[in-house]
This record gives sequence, C-alpha cells and structure tokens, in this order.
Amino acid sequence: MTSESTTARVTLSHLDELWFQVTGTRCNLTCNHCFISCSPHNNSFGFLSRTEIQKSLEESRQLGVKGYYFTGGEPFLHPEMVEILEDTLKIGPATVLTNATVLKDEWLQRLQQAQSKSRYSLEFRVSIDGFDAETNDPIRGEGTFARAIRGVKKLVHTGFLPIITATRTWKDSEDSSMLSGFLSMLKQQGYSQPRIKLLPTLKLGAEQNRSGGYTDQQRVTGEMLQDYDRSQLVCEHSRIVTTRGVHVCPILIESPDALLSNDLATAAQKPYTLGHGACFTCYQYGAICSNISTGSGPSGASA
Amino acid sequence: MSVRLALFGGIYNNYLALEAALEAAKALGVDEYYCLGDIGAFGPFPNRSFPLLYENQVHCIQGNYDDSIGNQLDNCQCGYTDPRDNYFAQISYDYTLENTNADNQKFLQSLEKEHVLEIEEQRILLCHGSPRKTNEFLWESTTPLHFLDIFFHQREVDCIAGTHTGIKWHANTSLGQFVNVGVLGRPENDSTTNVWFTTLDISRDGIQHNFHPVVYDYDRLSREMQMEGLPDEFIETIQTGRWTTCLEVLPQKERQRLNH
Repeated sequence: MTSESTTARVTLSHLDELWFQVTGTRCNLTCNHCFISCSPHNNSFGFLSRTEIQKSLEESRQLGVKGYYFTGGEPFLHPEMVEILEDTLKIGPATVLTNATVLKDEWLQRLQQAQSKSRYSLEFRVSIDGFDAETNDPIRGEGTFARAIRGVKKLVHTGFLPIITATRTWKDSEDSSMLSGFLSMLKQQGYSQPRIKLLPTLKLGAEQNRSGGYTDQQRVTGEMLQDYDRSQLVCEHSRIVTTRGVHVCPILIESPDALLSNDLATAAQKPYTLGHGACFTCYQYGAICSNISTGSGPSGASA
Repeated sequence: MSVRLALFGGIYNNYLALEAALEAAKALGVDEYYCLGDIGAFGPFPNRSFPLLYENQVHCIQGNYDDSIGNQLDNCQCGYTDPRDNYFAQISYDYTLENTNADNQKFLQSLEKEHVLEIEEQRILLCHGSPRKTNEFLWESTTPLHFLDIFFHQREVDCIAGTHTGIKWHANTSLGQFVNVGVLGRPENDSTTNVWFTTLDISRDGIQHNFHPVVYDYDRLSREMQMEGLPDEFIETIQTGRWTTCLEVLPQKERQRLNH
C-alpha cells in the first residue's frame, strides 16, 4: 500500500529529452515483448504529422530542450521521417529508435548529408534481441534477424555508428555471454567498434502476456526516492508527444494518468506520481531510455 | 583595455603538459590563470601538478575528481556508465587517491564549484561540466544552442567556460558564448599527441577565444606512467592520440572523427 506520506512524486527538473511517438503504435513487426503491443494493425495511436512535430520543435526551443528522440512503432514507416529528422537536426541532436528492417540506402545517404551539415549528432538505435536468428527471431519474428543485420550493415556502410539495443529476455547472469555474442557477431558483420545497450524488459503490453506482469509490491515509494539520484528516472527530465497529447514518458503512454496535457509547457510543469510497475523497473535500472552504450560488458577489462 | 585569461581544462596528473602550457601562456602575455578542475586522474605522480598551480597562482575550480579526492570518496564521479570505462576509471582513481598527499587533498576539498568573473563589463562563468552539474558532459554535437541560452538567461553571464568532456569546442548563441577549453591531461582523440588550452581576450567590445595546442614530452610521461604501473591502455592514448578508454560516453559525431 502506498499512503500519501510515502507517495513517490517526481517533478521535472528540466525538459532535457523530448520524445515523439512519431508512428504511434504502428510497426511492421509484432514482437512478443513489446510493452505497447505495436503491430501492423495497432492503430490506437496515430502518426504525428511533420507540421505537428515542427510546432513542438519550435515550442521546445523556448524550453531549452537538450535532445530529441523518435520512436514508434517503427519510425521509418512514416512517409516523411527523413524530412522530420532533417528538420530536427537544424536545431538539436536527434535519436531514432528503429528495427532497421525497412531502411533504404537513399534515406540514409540523405540523413548522413543532413548530419554533416548540422552541428548535431543523429543517432540510430537498432533493436535486435539476440545475436543469431535462433535467439532473436522467436521474439521479433521469422526472418527479422537477417533483415535487421542488413539494416545495420547499411547504416555502418553509410558512416553511422548505430547503438544496438537488446532487451534482456535472458537471465541477468547471462549478460556477459550475451554481450560477447553480440560483439563478435557485429564485428563479423563489419561493425568494428560496436555500441551496445542492454535494456530491461518492461512487463506491459505483449511482454505482460509473455512473462507475466508486475506484482503489487513492485512499486516505487517515497522512502525509496530518499537519497536516490532522481535524474536516473525518465520522468525527471523527459516528456513524449503522441497524437493524444503530451505524456510523462515513452513507456506509459497507454496509462490514462500519464497523459499530462495538450501542450509541452504545461506538461513540463506537472509532477508525476510513480504508481506503475514499470516505474519500478525504471527505478531499478536507471537511465533506461538514454543513449549511453557499452563496448564491453560487465566483466570490464576482459573485453 | 583588454585582459587575457588562460583557461586550463582537466590536468589529469599531466604535470609535464601543465608546465608546457604555463610556459606557452606566459609567452602569450596572459594576465590571469585558471584551471577548470580535475587536477588528478589518468597520469603519474599526482603531487607534481600542485606546486606549479601554487607557484603560478592558478585559480582552480573544483571538478568531480577534485571533489572525490578532496573528500576521499569511493570513486571519481566521472559519470561513466559502461563497466569497462568504470573499470579503468577506478584504477586511475585508486592510484591518484593513494598518491595525493594530505595538503593537496585539503586544497582540492577547499575549491569552489564555480566562479563568476566580472572583467571589462563582461561576466564570465567558469565551471567544470556545466553550470547545473559538475559532471555533466556538454559535447558539441549534443548541446543545442537554445539549451545553452537557458544558462545565459538564468545566470546573466556573457560567457560560460567548462571542460570535463576532453574535447574543446566553442559556440556563439543568441545570448552569449560557450567555450569548452579542452584538457591538458590527454590528447583529444584526434590522432595527435598534443593537448590544448584556451585563452580569452576580454574587453568592453567583447570576448575573443583562442585554442592553443601544447606540445610536451609525452615520451617521458609514457615512461613515468609505465614506471608507476598505470595501464598500457592509458599509455597507448598518450602515445597515439586515440582514446582507448572512456569511449562509451562519446556521441556519434565525436566518435566518427576516428570511426571508433
């Protein structure tokens, strides 16, 4: 039970990260661990238009936003994704979270040019959940490993250094061997200094069906936040724009209490009470939505 | 009338580069010297930088490393998250803590976290990482100009100078100018062995920055690092000008410079 005195309320310190649910819940894949159950047929959130995004980008400048993130669904299903990233790179750094299965050489060449002209980085985060088809495809779908690797090779060939993000569908104790597997596979594919980020599973959406949801005890309390570095929490420095409005973080867009406002400035001022099991995961692992990668693994110098 | 400041970034125990930088700054007719923190780390013989700082009246700002050494904390608070980066950071931190004498630790503990100068009607804020956080990495490719303007607006200054990332850069925004002064401690991942410091020329007309390469005896530094049993990976960086550790915090553009 969470009483009023132990409520875990988090105020945004500064809007460092602005996210866009650019293609809503539409994805060309149907991964069985997706925390918002994206699929080719899930239209519960729609596509944001380039004009809507331009408006938010403009508003964000007044708020001093530090970086822009694009997620979905699969962002590259958006017919104007390249233009949206080009718009963004004119004012700040952009990160796009993709499954890399639909990338076209022509788009990547344009984006490399846009990045060269900009003072800012364009980061690609590519989701791959196993270092071979046997481990990846049962989660992400038949043939997806080969398609994603083709995408990674295109990115590397165009000069990008994608961050490979893998959701930990294995035991924590297997991190080291999984990372070694990823590193050697990526090097074999011609990516000489791979960047990898491991993500915890979020037991929402499809993942809730796959591995079970959160228990009632898996909640963050006010006491737990004492002496805790709140900047590790996504809601302390981020907000996300969807077709429904501005939500507290990219993970909770389906929770009604996470929809804060229609405009950024108001949403930035609203504190949020950490009432969800997913908040517990965010608390436990910290910085789960940031771009920081690993080049080695938990064993340190052995890499 | 114009005042010239020399701004040194992280020294990281590289007292040989500090010596060379002081000499170069003197030749440039510098009026005042500042160090923006992280006196220790990475290199050999931590106590050797301090006499140079004291003798030349270098005004020092406290970096995360200085806070840690001064207060004998468990780690350097460098802000890395990658296990390999943290592994090497800890080797360097344990060595520096063990070999920094009590007087120098006390000096580090006494330092202020930021300093605002008012010279020729210009206000200049000196800090280590950013005005809001000592160990914040402000990289050129991930720091929008409108983000910096928030600091200029809040702090009512014309110029902000920081270090921490290890790579110099400069930007003019609509409200002021930001300069990352680079570091003296190690080369900046550009395959050259020199390191960098910055001068600011301050007059009523404005503030002009200049970056200065520092050539120093890196072979001697390497030998001394080896004598002290510091990791080969650190020595390789000094010898080649390529980072072998602390890479995972680098954004893409800074990483692409050497295709790391």
